[in-house]
Amino acid sequence: MQLSPYTIAFTGILKREFLRFIHQRTRFLSALVRPLLWLVVFAAGFRAALGVSIIPPYQTYITYETYILPGLCCMILLFNGMQGALSMVYDREMGSMKVLLMSPLPRSWLLFCKLIAIALLSLAQVYAFIALGFLVDVEPPLIGLLTVLPALLLTAVMLGAIGLFLSARIRQLENFAGVMNFVIFPMFFLSSALYPLWKMRESSEWLYWVCSVNPFTHAVELVRFALYAELNLEALLITAGTTLVFTVLALLGFNPEQAAHSKGR
Amino acid sequence: MSIEVRDLSFRYGPRQALESVSFNLVAGQLNALLGPNGAGKSTLYALLTQLYAVQSGEILIAGEPISRQPRALKRALGVVFQQSTLDLDLSVLQNLEYHGALHGLSARDVRHRAQELLERMGLDDRLSDSIRSLNGGHRRRVEIARALLHQPSILLLDEATVGLDTAARQSINQHVRDLCRSRDLTVLWATHLIEEIAPHDPVLILHQGRIHADASAEEICTAHGVPTLADAFAQITAPQEVKACS
Repeated sequence: MQLSPYTIAFTGILKREFLRFIHQRTRFLSALVRPLLWLVVFAAGFRAALGVSIIPPYQTYITYETYILPGLCCMILLFNGMQGALSMVYDREMGSMKVLLMSPLPRSWLLFCKLIAIALLSLAQVYAFIALGFLVDVEPPLIGLLTVLPALLLTAVMLGAIGLFLSARIRQLENFAGVMNFVIFPMFFLSSALYPLWKMRESSEWLYWVCSVNPFTHAVELVRFALYAELNLEALLITAGTTLVFTVLALLGFNPEQAAHSKGR
Repeated sequence: MSIEVRDLSFRYGPRQALESVSFNLVAGQLNALLGPNGAGKSTLYALLTQLYAVQSGEILIAGEPISRQPRALKRALGVVFQQSTLDLDLSVLQNLEYHGALHGLSARDVRHRAQELLERMGLDDRLSDSIRSLNGGHRRRVEIARALLHQPSILLLDEATVGLDTAARQSINQHVRDLCRSRDLTVLWATHLIEEIAPHDPVLILHQGRIHADASAEEICTAHGVPTLADAFAQITAPQEVKACS
């Protein structure tokens, strides 16, 4: 069977990302340390301070570790998505991107393939993290490991697209520290990843409002429900809509000249 | 096949990088693009490879503007960039397969072509070796093989021999000349090393974003009344440099 050049390019990009991933095993493992610290250390310290009542999709009282597991899965996707998107634009002064962009296929297709490839590899990290969660008695239902897959993939693409969109526009975000302070931390802390939104509402109405318009909140909720084989339709619609908008904006707005201009060549 | 550039200008914000650049590449030959650092060579390459969008002027391939057929130019072009774009951790074959996939070539086709290309470069026994294990000269050869994988008719090399020793430079230069003869390949060879240019080579001298000479190396020497291209190049670029220093 003759594959189309589009399919061949997609598999080629995916294979390369996979091979690079194999060669960067230590980076893969060290990236698991951050969410594990949250799950084991932070959660141990905070479970006494934060009582979590029974809220959907949970049927019973749950431990704080159980509550933050979906949020930490999304945190992995958030870091990887932002880091991956930034490296697409600035990695080695456009070195590897030049090879990609010399393909005769449409640029938007190539970038989309790259976003999907980065997203798929982030999923491997998330599953490794969930597997480690079982060691500390955070055990989502096994069927949830399957049903959460599309939710994680959608979230990973959304975050990669947001990263690509931002990095192409905001010069101050060129270094990762800037992204941490202005994108990752606000997105993560102003969401339902670490605390239910009703808790936030008790403290501040406007903080609650900010959290509820944060697309990351809806991605976390989508993952949380999917992990228990349930569909949160509102979260799905908002996450899918955000993914669509930012993917289109990021692909249309991608401009390799940006890097050269910002360096003032 | 050849490339024609008409009245091409480009600026980075307030800084003019290229100004009214026009030339025709001579088909089937090594066309040298000579210029000091910062002359605008890399910007010209970025425009020819469509990494940057043309701001004013035109680039034509086989008489047709590339704006009307952007993909045709990318299919016709093989490019070796100034900085290495190989994945150091991947093997020679894996690097070639990635490039091939981006050009719609199946892994089987890539393997077949890679074997043939690398054999000519004496690297066919290194297919499974990682790029990291190759020396600078061999890496450049792999990049040239990669650029030829999709059988382009035009090869652009941007300072491809920078950082290599004399023997490696000469060997790559000779290899590219052989390719011009055997494959009727049109080559644009950007360099600031004058010894890489032969007397009969078509030469473009780019300085401060403008083309200052467009003829064979011999003709440029005759026109400037000097014995060597190095002298002509010094004459063309020196007054500007003096001005810049004062």
